[in-house]
Amino acid sequence: MAVELLTKEQTLIAVLTGEIDHHSARSIRTEIDDTIETVQPTTLVLDFSGVTFMDSSGIGLIMGRHRLMEIVGGEVIIQNPPLHIQRVMRLSGIERIAHIRTERSVDA
Amino acid sequence: MKTQNTVKLVFPAISENERTARAVVSAFLTQADPTVEELADIRTAVSEAVTNAIVHGYRGSSGDVELHIKLLENREIYLRIKDHGCGIPDVELAMQPLYTTAPEEERAGLGFAVMESFMDKLVVKSRPGYGTTVVMRKKLGSPTCREK
Repeated sequence: MAVELLTKEQTLIAVLTGEIDHHSARSIRTEIDDTIETVQPTTLVLDFSGVTFMDSSGIGLIMGRHRLMEIVGGEVIIQNPPLHIQRVMRLSGIERIAHIRTERSVDA
Repeated sequence: MKTQNTVKLVFPAISENERTARAVVSAFLTQADPTVEELADIRTAVSEAVTNAIVHGYRGSSGDVELHIKLLENREIYLRIKDHGCGIPDVELAMQPLYTTAPEEERAGLGFAVMESFMDKLVVKSRPGYGTTVVMRKKLGSPTCREK
Protein backbone atom coordinates (compact mmCIF):
# COMPACT_ATOMS: atom_id res chain seq x y z
CA MET A 1 0.00 0.00 0.00
CA ALA A 2 1.28 3.41 -0.93
CA VAL A 3 -0.03 6.94 -0.92
CA GLU A 4 1.19 9.70 -3.20
CA LEU A 5 0.26 13.21 -2.16
CA LEU A 6 -0.18 16.01 -4.69
CA THR A 7 -1.12 19.59 -3.97
CA LYS A 8 -2.98 21.73 -6.47
CA GLU A 9 -3.84 25.18 -5.12
CA GLN A 10 -6.12 24.51 -2.14
CA THR A 11 -6.72 20.87 -3.06
CA LEU A 12 -4.77 17.97 -1.64
CA ILE A 13 -4.98 14.83 -3.75
CA ALA A 14 -4.07 11.53 -2.07
CA VAL A 15 -3.54 8.85 -4.70
CA LEU A 16 -3.92 5.50 -2.98
CA THR A 17 -2.60 2.27 -4.46
CA GLY A 18 -2.63 -1.37 -3.33
CA GLU A 19 -4.60 -2.87 -0.45
CA ILE A 20 -6.27 -0.86 2.32
CA ASP A 21 -6.76 -2.81 5.52
CA HIS A 22 -6.41 -2.07 9.24
CA HIS A 23 -2.63 -2.56 8.99
CA SER A 24 -1.97 -0.30 6.01
CA ALA A 25 -4.55 2.35 7.00
CA ARG A 26 -2.39 3.46 9.93
CA SER A 27 0.54 4.70 7.84
CA ILE A 28 -1.76 6.18 5.18
CA ARG A 29 -3.63 8.25 7.75
CA THR A 30 -0.39 9.53 9.31
CA GLU A 31 0.96 10.63 5.92
CA ILE A 32 -2.28 12.33 4.89
CA ASP A 33 -2.83 14.04 8.26
CA ASP A 34 0.74 15.39 8.37
CA THR A 35 0.25 16.90 4.91
CA ILE A 36 -3.18 18.36 5.80
CA GLU A 37 -1.53 20.11 8.72
CA THR A 38 1.18 21.61 6.51
CA VAL A 39 -0.88 22.42 3.40
CA GLN A 40 -4.23 23.24 5.10
CA PRO A 41 -6.30 22.38 2.01
CA THR A 42 -9.99 23.22 1.56
CA THR A 43 -10.57 20.00 -0.40
CA LEU A 44 -9.10 16.56 0.17
CA VAL A 45 -9.45 14.21 -2.80
CA LEU A 46 -8.94 10.53 -1.99
CA ASP A 47 -8.26 8.78 -5.27
CA PHE A 48 -9.10 5.06 -5.06
CA SER A 49 -8.55 4.14 -8.73
CA GLY A 50 -5.38 2.16 -7.91
CA VAL A 51 -6.79 0.41 -4.84
CA THR A 52 -7.02 -3.37 -5.32
CA PHE A 53 -8.63 -4.24 -1.97
CA MET A 54 -10.42 -2.38 0.77
CA ASP A 55 -12.34 -3.54 3.84
CA SER A 56 -14.17 -1.38 6.39
CA SER A 57 -10.80 0.00 7.58
CA GLY A 58 -10.99 2.18 4.45
CA ILE A 59 -14.33 3.53 5.65
CA GLY A 60 -12.73 4.38 9.00
CA LEU A 61 -9.96 6.13 7.08
CA ILE A 62 -12.45 8.26 5.11
CA MET A 63 -14.52 9.05 8.24
CA GLY A 64 -11.42 10.13 10.15
CA ARG A 65 -10.23 12.42 7.34
CA HIS A 66 -13.76 13.83 7.02
CA ARG A 67 -13.72 14.76 10.70
CA LEU A 68 -10.34 16.43 10.29
CA MET A 69 -11.37 18.38 7.16
CA GLU A 70 -14.62 19.41 8.86
CA ILE A 71 -12.63 21.13 11.62
CA VAL A 72 -10.88 23.34 9.04
CA GLY A 73 -14.13 23.88 7.11
CA GLY A 74 -13.09 21.70 4.19
CA GLU A 75 -14.54 18.68 2.41
CA VAL A 76 -13.55 15.19 1.32
CA ILE A 77 -14.12 13.85 -2.20
CA ILE A 78 -13.85 10.14 -2.98
CA GLN A 79 -12.55 9.68 -6.50
CA ASN A 80 -12.87 6.69 -8.84
CA PRO A 81 -13.43 3.78 -6.45
CA PRO A 82 -13.35 0.40 -8.29
CA LEU A 83 -16.62 -1.60 -8.30
CA HIS A 84 -15.91 -3.97 -5.40
CA ILE A 85 -14.82 -1.01 -3.26
CA GLN A 86 -18.01 0.86 -4.17
CA ARG A 87 -19.95 -2.03 -2.60
CA VAL A 88 -18.24 -1.53 0.78
CA MET A 89 -18.83 2.23 0.45
CA ARG A 90 -22.54 1.78 -0.33
CA LEU A 91 -22.98 -0.51 2.65
CA SER A 92 -21.46 2.10 4.95
CA GLY A 93 -23.47 5.03 3.62
CA ILE A 94 -20.24 7.03 3.36
CA GLU A 95 -21.74 9.10 0.51
CA ARG A 96 -23.69 10.99 3.18
CA ILE A 97 -20.45 12.63 4.37
CA ALA A 98 -18.20 12.52 1.29
CA HIS A 99 -19.07 13.08 -2.36
CA ILE A 100 -18.19 10.13 -4.63
CA ARG A 101 -16.86 11.22 -8.03
CA THR A 102 -16.44 8.52 -10.62
CA GLU A 103 -15.25 10.35 -13.72
CA ARG A 104 -11.76 9.62 -14.94
CA SER A 105 -10.57 13.24 -14.91
CA VAL A 106 -8.37 14.22 -11.99
CA ASP A 107 -8.85 17.96 -12.65
CA ALA A 108 -10.52 19.51 -9.67
CA MET B 1 -21.98 -32.04 3.46
CA LYS B 2 -18.76 -33.69 2.30
CA THR B 3 -15.58 -31.63 2.42
CA GLN B 4 -13.61 -31.58 -0.84
CA ASN B 5 -10.60 -29.75 0.49
CA THR B 6 -9.61 -27.89 3.62
CA VAL B 7 -6.82 -25.75 5.02
CA LYS B 8 -6.10 -24.71 8.59
CA LEU B 9 -3.85 -21.80 9.36
CA VAL B 10 -2.69 -20.57 12.76
CA PHE B 11 -0.94 -17.24 12.98
CA PRO B 12 -0.03 -14.68 15.68
CA ALA B 13 -2.49 -11.81 16.10
CA ILE B 14 -0.42 -9.10 14.46
CA SER B 15 -1.86 -6.76 11.85
CA GLU B 16 0.60 -7.84 9.11
CA ASN B 17 -1.27 -11.16 9.09
CA GLU B 18 -4.54 -9.58 7.94
CA ARG B 19 -2.98 -9.64 4.49
CA THR B 20 -1.56 -13.15 5.01
CA ALA B 21 -5.03 -14.51 5.81
CA ARG B 22 -6.50 -12.94 2.67
CA ALA B 23 -3.66 -14.30 0.53
CA VAL B 24 -4.18 -17.85 1.85
CA VAL B 25 -7.94 -17.64 1.27
CA SER B 26 -7.39 -16.35 -2.30
CA ALA B 27 -4.95 -19.14 -3.07
CA PHE B 28 -7.28 -21.78 -1.63
CA LEU B 29 -10.30 -20.48 -3.55
CA THR B 30 -8.55 -20.65 -6.93
CA GLN B 31 -9.50 -24.34 -7.19
CA ALA B 32 -13.20 -23.43 -6.99
CA ASP B 33 -12.89 -20.82 -9.76
CA PRO B 34 -14.99 -18.10 -8.09
CA THR B 35 -16.10 -14.94 -9.92
CA VAL B 36 -14.11 -11.77 -9.28
CA GLU B 37 -17.03 -10.53 -7.16
CA GLU B 38 -17.33 -13.74 -5.10
CA LEU B 39 -13.60 -13.68 -4.42
CA ALA B 40 -13.68 -10.00 -3.40
CA ASP B 41 -16.67 -10.66 -1.08
CA ILE B 42 -14.99 -13.57 0.69
CA ARG B 43 -11.63 -11.80 0.96
CA THR B 44 -13.32 -8.75 2.47
CA ALA B 45 -15.35 -10.81 4.98
CA VAL B 46 -12.20 -12.73 6.05
CA SER B 47 -10.28 -9.49 6.45
CA GLU B 48 -13.02 -8.11 8.72
CA ALA B 49 -13.14 -11.23 10.91
CA VAL B 50 -9.35 -11.48 11.23
CA THR B 51 -9.05 -7.75 11.98
CA ASN B 52 -11.72 -8.08 14.69
CA ALA B 53 -9.76 -10.93 16.28
CA ILE B 54 -6.54 -8.89 16.25
CA VAL B 55 -7.97 -5.49 17.25
CA HIS B 56 -10.76 -6.54 19.61
CA GLY B 57 -10.02 -10.14 20.60
CA TYR B 58 -6.46 -9.59 21.71
CA ARG B 59 -6.37 -5.79 22.05
CA GLY B 60 -2.62 -5.55 21.66
CA SER B 61 -1.85 -8.65 23.73
CA SER B 62 -0.35 -11.70 22.07
CA GLY B 63 -2.22 -14.81 21.00
CA ASP B 64 -3.08 -16.88 17.97
CA VAL B 65 -5.80 -16.57 15.39
CA GLU B 66 -7.06 -19.76 13.76
CA LEU B 67 -8.42 -19.73 10.24
CA HIS B 68 -10.16 -22.81 8.94
CA ILE B 69 -11.44 -22.88 5.38
CA LYS B 70 -13.32 -25.68 3.66
CA LEU B 71 -14.58 -26.22 0.17
CA LEU B 72 -17.72 -28.34 0.46
CA GLU B 73 -19.20 -30.62 -2.17
CA ASN B 74 -21.97 -28.22 -3.20
CA ARG B 75 -19.50 -25.38 -3.97
CA GLU B 76 -20.12 -23.94 -0.56
CA ILE B 77 -17.24 -22.17 1.18
CA TYR B 78 -17.06 -22.61 4.95
CA LEU B 79 -14.85 -20.27 6.97
CA ARG B 80 -14.14 -20.30 10.67
CA ILE B 81 -12.07 -17.59 12.35
CA LYS B 82 -11.34 -18.24 15.98
CA ASP B 83 -9.44 -16.37 18.67
CA HIS B 84 -8.79 -17.07 22.34
CA GLY B 85 -8.94 -13.42 23.32
CA CYS B 86 -11.16 -11.41 25.62
CA GLY B 87 -14.49 -12.36 24.04
CA ILE B 88 -17.56 -10.21 23.41
CA PRO B 89 -19.90 -9.61 26.39
CA ASP B 90 -22.88 -8.68 24.17
CA VAL B 91 -22.66 -10.17 20.67
CA GLU B 92 -25.97 -8.65 19.55
CA LEU B 93 -24.78 -5.17 20.47
CA ALA B 94 -21.37 -5.72 18.87
CA MET B 95 -23.07 -6.70 15.62
CA GLN B 96 -25.01 -3.43 15.40
CA PRO B 97 -23.75 -1.37 12.44
CA LEU B 98 -21.51 1.53 13.52
CA TYR B 99 -21.05 0.10 17.05
CA THR B 100 -17.35 0.13 17.90
CA THR B 101 -15.25 -0.14 21.02
CA ALA B 102 -12.12 1.08 19.24
CA PRO B 103 -12.86 4.56 17.82
CA GLU B 104 -9.24 5.59 18.51
CA GLU B 105 -8.16 2.98 15.96
CA GLU B 106 -10.66 4.56 13.54
CA ARG B 107 -12.73 1.39 13.43
CA ALA B 108 -15.96 2.21 11.61
CA GLY B 109 -17.98 -0.44 13.44
CA LEU B 110 -18.94 -2.10 10.18
CA GLY B 111 -17.04 -5.39 10.36
CA PHE B 112 -20.02 -7.63 11.14
CA ALA B 113 -22.27 -5.69 8.73
CA VAL B 114 -19.78 -6.38 5.92
CA MET B 115 -19.52 -10.09 6.86
CA GLU B 116 -23.29 -10.39 7.00
CA SER B 117 -23.82 -8.61 3.71
CA PHE B 118 -21.03 -10.27 1.70
CA MET B 119 -21.56 -13.85 2.92
CA ASP B 120 -24.70 -16.03 2.93
CA LYS B 121 -24.53 -17.04 6.59
CA LEU B 122 -22.80 -15.62 9.65
CA VAL B 123 -22.74 -17.10 13.14
CA VAL B 124 -20.81 -15.45 15.98
CA LYS B 125 -20.17 -17.28 19.23
CA SER B 126 -18.31 -15.65 22.07
CA ARG B 127 -17.60 -16.13 25.71
CA PRO B 128 -15.95 -13.36 27.73
CA GLY B 129 -12.50 -14.44 28.85
CA TYR B 130 -12.37 -17.37 26.41
CA GLY B 131 -12.58 -15.90 22.94
CA THR B 132 -14.72 -15.55 19.84
CA THR B 133 -15.54 -17.83 16.94
CA VAL B 134 -16.96 -16.52 13.68
CA VAL B 135 -18.39 -19.00 11.16
CA MET B 136 -19.32 -17.81 7.68
CA ARG B 137 -20.65 -19.64 4.65
CA LYS B 138 -21.07 -18.66 1.04
CA LYS B 139 -22.27 -20.75 -1.86
CA LEU B 140 -20.46 -20.06 -5.10
CA GLY B 141 -22.42 -19.86 -8.34
CA SER B 142 -22.08 -22.66 -10.85
CA PRO B 143 -19.17 -22.06 -13.25
CA THR B 144 -21.13 -23.44 -16.23
CA CYS B 145 -24.01 -20.97 -15.69
CA ARG B 146 -21.57 -18.11 -15.62
CA GLU B 147 -20.18 -18.85 -19.08
CA LYS B 148 -23.59 -18.36 -20.74
